[in-house]
Amino acid sequence: MRIKLHLPKDRIDYARQLAKQIAAPVGAFIDAHSSVTVERATLRLAGADGANADGVPVPNLVVDQVKAADPALLEDGVIIRYINALIKTGLSTQELNKKIAEGFNVMSLPLGDRSAIEAKCNELVAQGLGKIKDNRAYRDKKLEEFHDRNNKPLLYLIVATGNIYEDVKQAKAAAKQGADVIAVIRTTAQSLLDYVPYGATTEGFGGTYATQENFRIMRAALDEVTEQEKRYIMLTNYASGLCMPEIAAMGALERLDMMLNDSMYGILFRDINMYRTFVDQKFSRMINAYAGIIINTGEDNYLTTSDAYEKAYTVLASQLLNEQFGFMAGLPARLLGLGHAFEMDPSIKNGFLYELAQAQMAREIFPEHPLKYMPPTKFMSGDIFKGLVMDSMFNFVSKATNQGIHLLGMLTEAIHTPFMMDRYIAVDNAKYIMNNIEDFYDDIEFRKDGIIVRRAHEVLDKTIKFLEEVQAIGLFDAIERGLFADVKRPKDGGKGFEGLIKKGPQYFNPFEKQLKQELNIK
Amino acid sequence: MKLIRTYGDTLDDGKVQLSFTLPVPDGARGREAARKLVLAWGFKECEVVHSAPLSEEFSFYVVYGKSETAIDFDTVEADEIDKDASMSMDEVNEFIRQHIKRKVVVVGACTGFDAHTVGIDAIMNMKGYNHHYGLERYPEIEAYNLGAQVPNEKLIDFAVKVKADAILVSQVVTQKDTHIHNMTEFIELLEAKNLRDRFICIAGGPRIGNKLAVELGFDAGFGRGTYADDVATFIVKKLVEKAQAS
Repeated sequence: MRIKLHLPKDRIDYARQLAKQIAAPVGAFIDAHSSVTVERATLRLAGADGANADGVPVPNLVVDQVKAADPALLEDGVIIRYINALIKTGLSTQELNKKIAEGFNVMSLPLGDRSAIEAKCNELVAQGLGKIKDNRAYRDKKLEEFHDRNNKPLLYLIVATGNIYEDVKQAKAAAKQGADVIAVIRTTAQSLLDYVPYGATTEGFGGTYATQENFRIMRAALDEVTEQEKRYIMLTNYASGLCMPEIAAMGALERLDMMLNDSMYGILFRDINMYRTFVDQKFSRMINAYAGIIINTGEDNYLTTSDAYEKAYTVLASQLLNEQFGFMAGLPARLLGLGHAFEMDPSIKNGFLYELAQAQMAREIFPEHPLKYMPPTKFMSGDIFKGLVMDSMFNFVSKATNQGIHLLGMLTEAIHTPFMMDRYIAVDNAKYIMNNIEDFYDDIEFRKDGIIVRRAHEVLDKTIKFLEEVQAIGLFDAIERGLFADVKRPKDGGKGFEGLIKKGPQYFNPFEKQLKQELNIK
Repeated sequence: MKLIRTYGDTLDDGKVQLSFTLPVPDGARGREAARKLVLAWGFKECEVVHSAPLSEEFSFYVVYGKSETAIDFDTVEADEIDKDASMSMDEVNEFIRQHIKRKVVVVGACTGFDAHTVGIDAIMNMKGYNHHYGLERYPEIEAYNLGAQVPNEKLIDFAVKVKADAILVSQVVTQKDTHIHNMTEFIELLEAKNLRDRFICIAGGPRIGNKLAVELGFDAGFGRGTYADDVATFIVKKLVEKAQAS
């Protein structure tokens, strides 16, 4: 990494320290709690899958059965009942799933010997986590085999037809055009479903349902292109919303490579309860960490809802918090794709210099992190010609500051979901610029008292001031008072609060225990 | 009668720039297919100036065509609220002080499953968009932005609670006509509750036209390029008009 902005190291350290102090009390709360989706994610890791005739997934059925028997039993964890049913019925997980989908109630069986349950559970932990470990090894092998074949930064493209089979065509074409990462954007409002739909889907609004079968279908298609192109094509989805950890579990089992996953996005932008979100994000991140999945955080959203120039410090503050919550869940820096965006009003004088300053600042403060850089969207209009130029400026900044993951802007942003040719034009544009300025990053320095350097210092100072304020009142209160993104979220408000579970003294979750142990989380 | 054709660099040359994708491989046959297709659309000349493969099965074309088709400009009517007459923020506030003499209450939301706040934020948030302040900044307007994914029912309940004068419904996602479904449901709910006449109802979104909105029972629809001033002007003038009518 090249130092160009001369940011004082002690100030950066201080900002990190503040973020750590802000996250710590939240961490204590998280560790005392589970949630319905954490329990369902655990069931999924153990092999619970399928759905009943009404489309209610088996993991939901099991949690609902425990809750219906006695809500107080949730505090012991739900996996114990599933394992108990496996032992008592002598069935395989697949057979038991089918039986549950047909109406069998796991609570109809008395709880058997604890040591037998523990032994059986350990067997399933070894199986479930073993499969994830194999996936990780396979990815590492392919990345090694096709070493140096990916673009730098990684070119990231979105498909969003609503139909997984149509998505496959678009994704294959996008990968062949040069994309390194394919994200299948989710159908509108999936984030607010407190279950994950089952099976392959062909209907969605503005995107495609995230289901395990859809993950499998897309993974197989991209593996095919990987071999043809001799370039490992990564697959991305969204471990966000009310089912964060379940989607992380599904992604880990089906070898996704990246997950959109933010510690506060759901609270601020989807009105999901804050306690629920903090609990869910940690378990989801532990799974992502174990699976070697790079998370992408959602700081770009701060800039699309507020002014990108004035609120630049909220991005850095959020990145620092996401980093701490990531560390707490066992994610190393190289899996932390912290987000930021090129969203300033194009009419601002010297806007390009400010964007360059902020992107370089992120690079220097997070040297090992694969930063996820997002393209202009807010000021994209129907003028596709202007839009293409704005995307070009964005491409330039990204390469010139050595970003990690580059989400390609579409010239038709704000008009329609991308046409196949829109993606081609985007890749072509990025490849031209990035090849043309290949060594710009290594070759260029900034004037010590110039606009770029001064801007970065200013943003860091504002970030510290902001974090001091948050630290003084605590994160929960800060969110309640609207310090982030100008939205106020009451502590007990928002969606999913009723799904929060206080862990009891007998809480049983060997998956969590094993993950913590292997990830070295205290 | 005023006949018009597209303009390249000479009046009535009828030049048109096109780009599209075909589900065939790139190559001489693909280019010829593109040319024939453009001619089949009625263009008199066609030049394929660029082609490129998008994958093994798809190809991309940039094409110039010449069209002799003309229309009579005098017969053209626009499906847009006339925004040229919109007052500025200060003028709107002054208009309210003079003619309405109380604060105007506006409630807005992006309804249904639509998660995009960008449209409603551009109109309502303090900051506004493109140097046009949003309604929250208007001293004479009390603005409530309920955000995205708000059920129609909840939006109406809230509007009743705060005694709103106007309700803004934003719809960005139009895939599978969800916006039409949402907008229809909104009006039907209002009518079922016998509340339709109580509010000025305005729809907005990049693909919302005034004609469509009025057809669905709204007072107006605002599309791309609309700012808070345009919406505010419509609301205050309509309020005065309603007061005079009653």
